Amino acid sequence: MSEHHIVPLKIYMLIFAALLVGTVITVAIAFVDLGFLNTPVAILIAMVKATLVIWYFMHVKYSPKIVALFAFAGFFWLIIMFSMTMQDYYTRGWHEPLPIPFLEN
Amino acid sequence: MRLKLRAQNLPRRKKLSDAAHSLGRAHHFETAEQQYESATLGMWAFIVQEILFFGGLFGAYVVYRNLYIDAFSAASHQLDISLGAFNTGILIGSSLTMALAVRCAQKGEKNTIIGWLVATIILGFGFLGVKYVEYSHKWHDNLVPGSSFVWEKPGYLDVAGGQVKIFFSLYFVMTGMHALHMVIGVGIMLWLIAKIRRNEINEHYFTPIEISGLYWHFVDIVWIFLFPLLYLIGRHT
Amino acid sequence: MHGVVMIFFFLIPSIPAVLGNFLLPLQLGARDVAFPKLNLISYYLYTAGGVVALTAIIAGGVDTGWTFYTPYSTTYSNSFVALALIGVFINGFSSILTGVNFIVTIHKMRAPGLTWFRLPLFIWAQYATSLIQVLGTPVIAITILLVVFERLFQIGIFNPTLGGDPVLMQHLFWFYSHPAVYIMILPGFGVISEVIACFSRRRIFGYSFVAFSSLAIAILGFLVWGHHMFVAGQSTYAGMVFSFLTFLVAVPSAIKIFNWAFTLYKGSVLLDSPMLYVLGFIGLFTIGGLTGLFLATLGLDVHMHDTYFVVAHFHYVMVGGMVMAFLAGVHFWWPKMTGKMYSETAARVGVFLIFSGFNLTFLPQFVLGYMGMPRRYHTYPEEWQALNVMSTAGASVLGIGFTLTIIYLLWSAIGGKRAEANPFQAKGLEWENAGSPPIAHNFVDIPIVVEEAYAYGKKHDEAQIESPEPAKEEEVV
Repeated sequence: MSEHHIVPLKIYMLIFAALLVGTVITVAIAFVDLGFLNTPVAILIAMVKATLVIWYFMHVKYSPKIVALFAFAGFFWLIIMFSMTMQDYYTRGWHEPLPIPFLEN
Repeated sequence: MRLKLRAQNLPRRKKLSDAAHSLGRAHHFETAEQQYESATLGMWAFIVQEILFFGGLFGAYVVYRNLYIDAFSAASHQLDISLGAFNTGILIGSSLTMALAVRCAQKGEKNTIIGWLVATIILGFGFLGVKYVEYSHKWHDNLVPGSSFVWEKPGYLDVAGGQVKIFFSLYFVMTGMHALHMVIGVGIMLWLIAKIRRNEINEHYFTPIEISGLYWHFVDIVWIFLFPLLYLIGRHT
Repeated sequence: MHGVVMIFFFLIPSIPAVLGNFLLPLQLGARDVAFPKLNLISYYLYTAGGVVALTAIIAGGVDTGWTFYTPYSTTYSNSFVALALIGVFINGFSSILTGVNFIVTIHKMRAPGLTWFRLPLFIWAQYATSLIQVLGTPVIAITILLVVFERLFQIGIFNPTLGGDPVLMQHLFWFYSHPAVYIMILPGFGVISEVIACFSRRRIFGYSFVAFSSLAIAILGFLVWGHHMFVAGQSTYAGMVFSFLTFLVAVPSAIKIFNWAFTLYKGSVLLDSPMLYVLGFIGLFTIGGLTGLFLATLGLDVHMHDTYFVVAHFHYVMVGGMVMAFLAGVHFWWPKMTGKMYSETAARVGVFLIFSGFNLTFLPQFVLGYMGMPRRYHTYPEEWQALNVMSTAGASVLGIGFTLTIIYLLWSAIGGKRAEANPFQAKGLEWENAGSPPIAHNFVDIPIVVEEAYAYGKKHDEAQIESPEPAKEEEVV
């Protein structure tokens, strides 16, 4: 398996530390009132952590580009699902409410 | 279409030693490298599928969180942040031990591989143990959706019980699915240990360890998103 | 139940399972797919899922329709919903694993010299199909699980009285089920390309357009699912977005039809039975596709949703389109798979019966739907009786046609005359380098590809592309 790049131990430990720090930041910043930014910031930190895991732990940095494309495609398809679904819910309020019995009480 | 009976004039792709040939290389592959790359790509295709599988749940979550933000906030406050954060740390640690297991496999240190795999399993069990504690707390608080669900938390009585129930439905299905995937992952690790001890995996052929590692890291990534989205809603109020 | 069986257990697996498993390695010059054991698991999952779903049917069936809309399916139906859904769930994994297998096989198992743009278009189509299978099927898997949990534990997620939104279930359901129709049709497109090239003795006009249009359909197909929900309570603005995108997704399919038509132009057309099916496909799929555009138009769909117009539309694309393509493929590769040749006369009778029976069945349904006859009702007003009877008569003819086809195909498999390795003088690794049927590992030696696909009618020198190998190669008799 000549292609296999053996990742130095130091990098693994560094990423591990970064992930733990990211977790601490996520919890800490949840208690700070950033208004509407709280959710995007939490998701952003999670995305950074996920990227570190994918890039280093899952060796995507050292793999052929097609692997990175697959990983990206998976998450991109989620974006499609979320955004196209939410564009329905988001725009429902733009016209007369439809008689769907959402729970009000 | 020209038919060549012997590909003599072509540069041969690199082949491993005979030891590798006899161990693990399936006959429909031309080279061990092709097999390894196929295995990696195949596991990634499977992971893409898993992303979309959990994605459906996250999709439902996104919709209902937007519709019922107050109820979701109230419900999220019932979850124990310290247990959740502790579990996040355990899982990240298990990702590290898994990555180190793969690294040992790459370097051919057979016994340490088993050691790191056992460490991963122990951390996995730790996670599942904490989850069990959390679930039983919820059961005692009547917060498990079903006929026993009752919403009567002081300070949150203006929030609709039905909407809170939806949060907990999503909580249990999402973390339950995640836990199921972890159990499967632990099973895979036990299987790997058995294969290593039978010498069906060694320094010449350790692809199963690498691709099992990919699976385990993915399960970690799911939790990395689950934790803030479930445990940390509206904590600043 | 007709829907559940036809969609999940016939159309989705049809070409990938029947033809794809066989042809992919052959057309790629490989000995097998990338993960043969996974392939076998795929088959067992299909069988297991089928047994479970059949049990649900025999035990009494479901009355929710194949779409399992909530809250009826979760709260009010007294039929075997959970059982049927579990059968579909298991079957879904069969589909996913096939997709994984085919994607990796196409990436990694190509013969030397077989670059992406020398691939047969069947492979491109199968690749696009596999992408959809991997990206879409898990979403219906999770939807099924949520519906089952809702049904068993009343978790409230799709039940309006408990705060849930039934339309959310429809979003998640159709996120898969619309791309699923492209899973059904794309392999058919691949077959059409192969058969048309062979029986026009010409290369496909606009090869790269056809190849990329398969990918475009796969990708765009994920953006249009809301056109099933125009009158479900979805926001009108979302409806407009989905309507517009649905018009867009029709474009790549139209590109294919144009390219196939131009392939026929100035070709030496041979009207063997596979080609007759293909010609039938082109006409009927076009009708089906165009009527799909009527339904994509938001205003028209308000009137035609849940009428027989929709039924006629999808039967035109699925039966007039996909089943005809499936039969074309089965007939084309029958000698390769079985080593036997069927009776061409019987086949032509079969084509005629199926084509005429099909049109007699479903053309009246366009009229009925336009006039307002609803679907899924057990009765209809008297003035529509003539058209309904015509439709039933057509179904009988169609049934005779299918029965005849099965009979002569089985007859040929048991006692038909031996087929040669390349009875249609087709181009392609499966025809020129493998026997009929091929040996266990497909090829004696892995072939090396030096020409473009469909190099029909070209002299050897014209077909030769700059070979990546050094000049010295041996010609084999």
